Amino acid sequence: MLSNKQLLEKYLRHDKKFPHLWCPGCGNGTILHAILLAIDAIGLKKDEIAMISGIGCSGRTPVYVDFNTLHTTHGRAVAFATGLKLAKPSLHVIVVMGDGDASAIGGNHLIHACRRNIDMTAIIYNNSIYGMTGGQYSPTTPYHAKATTATHGNIERPFDLAELVKTAGATFVARSTTYHVRQLTNLIEKALLHKGFSVVEVITHCPTTFGRRNKMPDPVTMVKWEKEIAVPIEKAKNMKPEELEGKITTGILVEKELPEYCEQYEEIIRQRMKKAKRGTKK
Amino acid sequence: MPSKKNNYKLMQGNEAVAQGAIDGGVRFFAGYPITPATEIAEILSNKLPEVGGKFIQMEDEIGSIAAIIGASIGGVKSLTATSGPGFSLMQENIGFACIAEIPIVIVNVMRGGPSTGLPTSPSQGDVMQARWGTHGDHPIIVLSASNVYQAYLLTIKAINFSEKYRNPVILLLDEVVAHMRARVLLPKKDEIEVLERIKPTVPPEWYVPYENNLTGVPPMAAFGDGYRYHVTGLVHDEKGFPTSKPDEVERGLRRIFEKIEKGFHEICMVKYHYLEDADFCIVAYGSVVLSSLSAIEELRKEGIKVGLLELNTLFPFPRFAFDKVLNFGIKGFLVPEMNLGQIYREVVRVTERKVPVKKFNKIYGELITPDEIIKEIKKF
Ligand SMILES: Cc1ncc(C[n+]2csc(CCOP(=O)(O)OP(=O)(O)O)c2C)c(N)n1
Ligand code: SF4
Repeated sequence: MLSNKQLLEKYLRHDKKFPHLWCPGCGNGTILHAILLAIDAIGLKKDEIAMISGIGCSGRTPVYVDFNTLHTTHGRAVAFATGLKLAKPSLHVIVVMGDGDASAIGGNHLIHACRRNIDMTAIIYNNSIYGMTGGQYSPTTPYHAKATTATHGNIERPFDLAELVKTAGATFVARSTTYHVRQLTNLIEKALLHKGFSVVEVITHCPTTFGRRNKMPDPVTMVKWEKEIAVPIEKAKNMKPEELEGKITTGILVEKELPEYCEQYEEIIRQRMKKAKRGTKK
Repeated sequence: MPSKKNNYKLMQGNEAVAQGAIDGGVRFFAGYPITPATEIAEILSNKLPEVGGKFIQMEDEIGSIAAIIGASIGGVKSLTATSGPGFSLMQENIGFACIAEIPIVIVNVMRGGPSTGLPTSPSQGDVMQARWGTHGDHPIIVLSASNVYQAYLLTIKAINFSEKYRNPVILLLDEVVAHMRARVLLPKKDEIEVLERIKPTVPPEWYVPYENNLTGVPPMAAFGDGYRYHVTGLVHDEKGFPTSKPDEVERGLRRIFEKIEKGFHEICMVKYHYLEDADFCIVAYGSVVLSSLSAIEELRKEGIKVGLLELNTLFPFPRFAFDKVLNFGIKGFLVPEMNLGQIYREVVRVTERKVPVKKFNKIYGELITPDEIIKEIKKF
């Protein structure tokens, strides 16, 4: 395994002026680190990776890394990725999104991508809040949590993102947190290797706009919270619903094989081109 | 002139667009069904695989335009087709393609609006939306087809311009042109000019993706071709990285306007009909061109000398054509439109009312007839 310095040397852009945009203590760097470790472990070539993001703090990830990178509009990353993957199926497409990006404004694209089973990996940075715009409640803000647009406590019930994409038909679904870095890296690696639409939901910490308003003002408290709420799926299977209240299951939640979209399309093309050729001969 | 009878085809405007897309090299289409544009998607879903291309029906028009931008970044010529409500949904990402300089073509078969409006009736209500629909100052190319044959040719032109200038191109059809059937003689393959985008030839480490050059259009690498670079909707520097430094912002934004201005004379396509000796000039685009030509025939029989300036490019607005027409000694312009005067205002702007400019407008989903045009001309 590469040392941190070697990893950064190999994958970060040298012509991009640092420092980055993220707050000190933000979980986004931890996720990026895990992504790079997973890519390195598999040995994917930088030229063959396309990293696509939407808008948000999470959306700034691609600018720092030395891949083919595309920073799209808020919520639309998966739809851009769909076109790119169909145009160039040889690319390894990684989509990074925030929770609002993925499940509010971009929710429609996300569920349909799950259903289509196009070979790409979506990594959702779930910090329970709209970070970039300063802390408004998102579709994953916990019930009764505080946000700038819910100063009295959130009265909307949150999505369980992993459950959402599972129901929508994603063929690989995993979840981890920025506390469980080794597990997270491992799961991203498995997701990248999976043939089909894979999703990794990462519970991450945003002390600046979420923690501060919800009695977890510093990164350490937040990461401890992540540790407390995480229950490995193997263990959760033997627990009662009451015991799982307020917890999240982690690990691989779905892993199945179904026909991949691009491969099916290539087959249609093969057949139609053959037929068209025959048609012109006669 | 090819004489073989079987080269003639009976086709609808929307069919002509689909055929033009294929002949112009489009190999990716993403769309969402909407009247009166649906036939384009249906035909391409069937035909694209025959030429190795792909079609996808997205979950909405926001996804459709996002997907064609993504595919174009993958190096494949891409097009979508829609009508008013879908065109409205596409606006944000049209701006993305403008600033990130991604070649795409959007065909908008106009219906009566606003909102769901008059789904199956002709209209020209989206002219200014095509110019200014997405937020912020931005360069755009808008073409308009007056008949079925043009729908074919202008689809290819739209693709060529988008690739050459790295800018979105919007092709407007009204419902009449889209659904009209006509016998057309398509040009042979070798008679069609099909342009490809300029790709970088420098080694990857020298590639500066948004660097200015003589044309103002930087070569575009496809993702996966060994040039790893960054594409963003944020204002960016020459390397593609976000910037808010005033000089870099100014330089970057100016360039994307200037590249279109440099191509102004090529992009601005108009036709002059019977104008040399004319006293009055009709300015028309879309299906109104057909009515105008019939009206001119009648009027000339009566000795009233009328000509037509047919606009095939709406934006950038072909202002030079008006200078030329004014030099013919025109005494007045009539601008008949199926909207409340969207191009009329442009005509007033560029002619500075050196001669009277009149409008004739219809917004209830019916064609403008030759008789109506005749009546208006006689009022001069
Ligand atoms: C169409 C549109 N609406 C609103 C915004 C403003 N906006 C920017 S980022 C953001 C929310 C980001 O939250 P999330 O997706 O959870 O990502 P995070 O910043 O927390 O990583 C919003 C609403 C936008 N850029 N585009
Ligand atoms: S606002 Fe939150 S998510 Fe955004 S950079 Fe700061 S800590 Fe990270």
